[in-house]
Amino acid sequence: METNELIKALAADTRRPGLPLGRAWIAAVAAAVLVAAGVFFVLLGPRPDAQEALSTVRFVFKFVFTIALAVAAYRLAVAVSRPGGDLRAALSGMLVAPFLLAFSVLLELVAVPSTNWTARLVGTNSTVCLTFVPLIGGIPLVVLLLAMRHGAPVNATAAGAVTGLLAGGIAATFYAAHCPDDSPLFVAVWYPLAIAILASLGALLGRLCLRW
Amino acid sequence: MEKGEERILEQMLIAAIEGDERAYVAFLDAVAKLLRTWLRRKVRHGTLDVEDVVQETLLAIHLKRHTWRSGEPVRPWIFAIANHKLIDAIRRHGRLPLADSPALEEIEAMQVEVPQGWEIDRALEVLTPGQRSVVTAVSIEGSSIQETARDLGMKETAVRVALHRGLAAIAKRFGRT
Repeated sequence: METNELIKALAADTRRPGLPLGRAWIAAVAAAVLVAAGVFFVLLGPRPDAQEALSTVRFVFKFVFTIALAVAAYRLAVAVSRPGGDLRAALSGMLVAPFLLAFSVLLELVAVPSTNWTARLVGTNSTVCLTFVPLIGGIPLVVLLLAMRHGAPVNATAAGAVTGLLAGGIAATFYAAHCPDDSPLFVAVWYPLAIAILASLGALLGRLCLRW
Repeated sequence: MEKGEERILEQMLIAAIEGDERAYVAFLDAVAKLLRTWLRRKVRHGTLDVEDVVQETLLAIHLKRHTWRSGEPVRPWIFAIANHKLIDAIRRHGRLPLADSPALEEIEAMQVEVPQGWEIDRALEVLTPGQRSVVTAVSIEGSSIQETARDLGMKETAVRVALHRGLAAIAKRFGRT
């Protein structure tokens, strides 16, 4: 088949092009948040004193961190899904959440005597964190990968990992409402580990299903 | 010059997305020319046919045209897709033995990978008979959807579905058959 013959066939295929990518992403994130909320409220639910905890800095900061991560990962995921997109702004946005986390750890180290550091870091809930963040984020990851697949990511593995970070940010935001461990020392160790599980899973699935 | 060319490409693509078939043919023709020039500069080794990569890129542009956001420059989007497809093609061809490899006589004796026609024709062979006759009628014979429907005794919507699925299947199998 000559190229001009192929062009005739492509032009005759006038079925409406797929859903614009921006809208597909918004739909996928909305669905992912709903699913994560559903799984969270069925499996865990917020902790009993969540209302009062809202007046403590440490509790609120957990959401600042997870939401900052989710927003940055969303922007990067959208940028990665578009061929030829400029990644620089989105990539530098990814620095915000780690920076916030490092800053809060410094404050905590100043505020808390060193004899208590280990206890705060180990916390009481690390196994629950490592189990339930991936559980809450698993189905959202699949939903978000569908949006990524609708796009055209040039690097399948990296795109999958970014999708995993987004699912992790969403899942950790819900999980934070349940977890009794509020110290930044706990958050800085266990949250990134739990989110990394979803990012690795995303990278693996991305390798398999994001090629085009 | 480049600015003007960019504007024209963008206008053609917008018209095409709104369903203007003639504008779409003009757009794809212009893109094919751009790609040929760009690829000839990039591809130096002989086993890789530039036209194969042009065709694979056109298919990808068609199937992924919803990833272009109106208002964004068209050329970087096109070349990002083309680059992705070129790397793919080079990777596939990398599996072929190189001319200076030590076991050259052996390989010649095995008659490995004598290219027969273009990759797209090999991809065509994997289509269902219905899809293949629709794609061939519209592309090689140059029939319209209506003529194809009449000649093959199919409904127009069925022809459109077969064409779309056929093109998607070709894109999926391209270079992997």
